[in-house]
Amino acid sequence: MTLIKTKHNRRSFLKVSAATSGGMLIGFNWLTRCTPAGEPKVAIPNEWFDINGYIKIGDTGMVTIFSPNPEIGQNVMTSMPMIVAEHLDVPWDHVVVEQGALDEDAFKNPQFAGGSLSIMLGWDALRMAGAAGKRMLMEAAAKEWGVGIDAVTAADGIVSEKEGEQRTIGYGAIAAKAVGIEVPEELELKEPKDYKLIGTPQKNVEGPKIVTGKPLFGLDFKREGMKLAMIEHAPSFGMKPVSFNEEEIKAMDGVTDAFIVDTTTEDPIWAETNAFHQLVTVIGESTWQLMQAKKALKVNWERVSDPENTVEHETKLREALQAGKLEEGGRVDGDPEAAFANATKVVERTYSSPFMAHNTLEPMNFFAHVTDEKAELIGPTQTPKALEDTVSKLLDMPVEDITVNMTRQGGGFGRRLYVHFGVEAAAISKKAGVPIKLIYSREDDMTQGTFRPTYRSTYKAGLDENNNLVAFSVRGAGIPESPVFPNRFPAGTVENYAAEKINVATNISTGAWRAPRSHFTAGAEQSFLDEVAQAAGKDPIDFRLELFDRAKNNPVGEEYEYDAERYAGVLEMVKEKANWGVETPGVYRGVAAYFCHNSYVAQVMDIEMERDKPVVKKVWCAVDCGILINPEGAKNIIQGGVVDGIGHAMYSQLTFNDGTPDQKNFDRYQLIRNSQAPKEIEVFFVDSEVSPTGLGEPGLPPAVGALANALYQATGKRYYHGPFATADQDQQDVELI
Amino acid sequence: MAIFNLNINGTEHQVDVDPSTPMLWVLRDHLDMVGTKYGCGIAQCGACTIHVEGAATRACQTPVSVVGDKEITTIEGLSKEGDHPVQKAWLEVDVPQCGYCQAGQIMTAAALLETNPNPSDEEIESAMSGNICRCGTYVRIKEAVKKAANP
Repeated sequence: MTLIKTKHNRRSFLKVSAATSGGMLIGFNWLTRCTPAGEPKVAIPNEWFDINGYIKIGDTGMVTIFSPNPEIGQNVMTSMPMIVAEHLDVPWDHVVVEQGALDEDAFKNPQFAGGSLSIMLGWDALRMAGAAGKRMLMEAAAKEWGVGIDAVTAADGIVSEKEGEQRTIGYGAIAAKAVGIEVPEELELKEPKDYKLIGTPQKNVEGPKIVTGKPLFGLDFKREGMKLAMIEHAPSFGMKPVSFNEEEIKAMDGVTDAFIVDTTTEDPIWAETNAFHQLVTVIGESTWQLMQAKKALKVNWERVSDPENTVEHETKLREALQAGKLEEGGRVDGDPEAAFANATKVVERTYSSPFMAHNTLEPMNFFAHVTDEKAELIGPTQTPKALEDTVSKLLDMPVEDITVNMTRQGGGFGRRLYVHFGVEAAAISKKAGVPIKLIYSREDDMTQGTFRPTYRSTYKAGLDENNNLVAFSVRGAGIPESPVFPNRFPAGTVENYAAEKINVATNISTGAWRAPRSHFTAGAEQSFLDEVAQAAGKDPIDFRLELFDRAKNNPVGEEYEYDAERYAGVLEMVKEKANWGVETPGVYRGVAAYFCHNSYVAQVMDIEMERDKPVVKKVWCAVDCGILINPEGAKNIIQGGVVDGIGHAMYSQLTFNDGTPDQKNFDRYQLIRNSQAPKEIEVFFVDSEVSPTGLGEPGLPPAVGALANALYQATGKRYYHGPFATADQDQQDVELI
Repeated sequence: MAIFNLNINGTEHQVDVDPSTPMLWVLRDHLDMVGTKYGCGIAQCGACTIHVEGAATRACQTPVSVVGDKEITTIEGLSKEGDHPVQKAWLEVDVPQCGYCQAGQIMTAAALLETNPNPSDEEIESAMSGNICRCGTYVRIKEAVKKAANP
C-alpha cells in the first residue's frame, strides 16, 4: 500500500488558494483553453465546483484538470492531467484540460519546464490532487447516504455503496457537496497494477486545435488596445546603444513611440542571463511596419567589452585543455598517471562542438500590461516564477500584484528558461504606458545570445595486456563552462580514473540547451568508448556491459551517479530488439547509451550509403523512465530527441566574427530537414514500477554517439568535431595513437 | 497605404495596408487569422505556408499587392470542421509536439496530395523538406502524409 501525506508546506492539499487557476481563467478565456481530453462524453456543465487547485467538477460530471507546468512540446499538458485523472478515478473522456496560471501555492508543485523534471517532481502532487479529490467525493456521498466512508468506493466517475442499498451517484451530482471537505492527513494511493489510464496511449489534448490553427501560442495573443513592440539589440556582444534617430523613426507610418529601454536589475539570478540590457524599442500597430522601422534605425553603439570571434574561441579552448586552471569538483580514483604509463595500449582523442542557438520555431515574445498598481504578463515561458520575481524586482512591485499566464509554447529547448523577453515586455509596457506584445524577429532571436556553450574535451583510455580498461581520463573545457560530469559513467567502473573541468570566460551569453552538456559529452564519450572497444578487440555493447558489471559488483570510488543495473538494462534491451550482432550487407550500425535527467536511453542506429551519402535508415531506442505515463507522447518525444540529436550533430553551428553571430536566420543556420531525418525510429520502454522520470531531454544525447559510431562503420572515418557534415575531422590536439 | 479586396477561405476581406505588406502579416495582424505562423520571414522554414490558387506558397514572401483576386486558403479554411484528410491523419498519428510548425506542414502536405494523390516516400520527403519542424516530428509527418493518401 502506498500512503501519501496530504500536507504540503504545512497547508492541507484541500486548500483552494485565493487565486485558484479557475479564478484566473476568467481573464484568460481568449484562448478557449478548455481542451477536451477525448471526445467529450458529458454535457457542458451549468455550474462548476472547485475541488482543489488542480480540479473543478461540473454538475454534469465533466471534470476540468489544470495542467500546472509550461507546455513546450514535451506533452505535459496531456501526461500531467492523466496522473490526476487516474487517481481521481474519472474516465479520460470526462476530462477537459486547461493550462494553469502561475500559482505554486495552489499547485503545490514547482511550475517550470526544465531538466525533464515535470513528471518526476510533480508525481506526488499530481497523485495527491487526484486522490484527495476522490476522497472528498466519497465522503460527500457517504454523508449523503448516512453511511461511513468505508462503506463506499469510487471508480470511473461514480461513487458507489459497496453493500446494503448499493446506491450510486456520479461525480457531477455530488461535487457541490464535496467542496470544502477536509481530507485526512494520509491517503492511500493506487498501486501501479491497478492503473487504468496511466500506461495507455493518449493523444495530445491540444491536437485538434493545433491542426486547425487556433490561437494557442504567445505570438497569437491579442488584447483590445494592445500595441506591438519590437526591439533592436546591439549587433555585437559587448556593445550597447547610446542614441538613435528617434524623431525620424517616430515619424514613420505605423510607429507610435520609440525609445531606449533599460532592463538592468540588481543581483541577477541565473534565469536573468542576458548580454543586452539596453534595447532600442519601436512601438506601433503592425509587425510589418515595425520591421520597416527597425531597418530604418540609425543607432550609435558604444563598445563596453572586447568583441570575440570563433578562431579565438577555438584557440582559447585548446590552450585551456593544455594549461587551464582546473575547477573544483573534479574526480580522481587510483593513480591514473601511473596506470597510463604502464598500459599496453593508450587511446587519446579530442572532441569539440561549436556554439549553437536554440531556435525555437516560435521566436521570443511576451505580452505585458503594466500600470502603477499591477502587472499582467502572458506568454511563453519555461520559468513563470522566475519571470514574476524578476519583474517584481524590475518594477519594484510586490509579486502579489503581478500575474503570469502561460500560453502554449512553440518550442523551449531551454531557451525560455531565461526571462529577459518577459522582463523586456514589462519594461516596455511601463515606459510606453500601454499594453504591448513584444515580438522578436528571427534575426533578433538567433543573435540575442543565451547560446549553447562551445566545448572541447580530451579523452584518454589505457588497456592492459588482456584488453581490460585500466585507466580512463577526461579533461573538458567549455566557454563558459566545462561539459564534464565527473561522477557519471564510466566513473565507478575503472580502477584509475580522472575527470577534470576547465571553464573559459566570455562576454557571449549562454544558457541551458536541451540536455545541457550531456548532448556533447554523450556524443564524445560514447564515440570514444566505441574506439576503445575496437582497440580492445571487443564488441562495443559487451565492452560496456563488462564495465557495468564492475560498477554493479565492485564499484570504484565512493559514489557514482547512475544505477548500473538500469543502465545495462537498456543496453541489453536494445541489443535484443535491434538483433545486434546480426550483420546485414550494406547496413552499418552504431550503438550508444546515456543516462541523464534521471532516465536511461540506449540506441542502435543503422546507416546505409545511398549515392555515396549516409542515410539513417532506422533507429532502435530502449528507454527506462520508470513508470510510463503516456506511451504515445513518450515515443514522440524520444523520436524527436533522436532527430534533434542527429540534426545538431550533423549540421548546426553558430560562429562569430567581431562579436557578431555569422548565422542570423535559417538560410545560414542549418537545421535538420525531413529528408535528412531517420526513415524509421522504433521506441521500446522497460516495464517498471519505479517512480517516473522525464523524457524531454534523455532521448537526444545518445543519438550523437550512435550517429558517430554508425558513420564510422559506414565511411571508415571517425567523427570528432561538430558539425559532422562540414567540420575538419583531422584536428587532434595530439597525434592519433 | 492602399485598399485590397482579398478572397480568403471563400470570403471577401478588405484591408487597408502598405502594398509591400506580406500576406503573413495581413492575415495575422489585420485579419486576426493567426493559424499561419511566423518562423523566419525569408521563406526558409515553411511555418507560414498558405495556398494561393491551391499551390503551397510562403505567405512571408507574398506581398498583398501581388495577390489580386486569387483564391487564398489558410489553415483556418482548409476544412470547415477540421476534418480534411490531412488534418485527420495528423490527429490519428498524433504528430505534433510543440505544434507551432504543424499548420504549415499540413498546408504543404494538403497541396502535395492535391497534385500527387499517392506520393512515394521520396516525393513526400522532397515536398516536405521546405518545412522545418524544430521538435523533429518528421517521421510522424511522413507517416501522416501516407495515411492521408491512403486512409
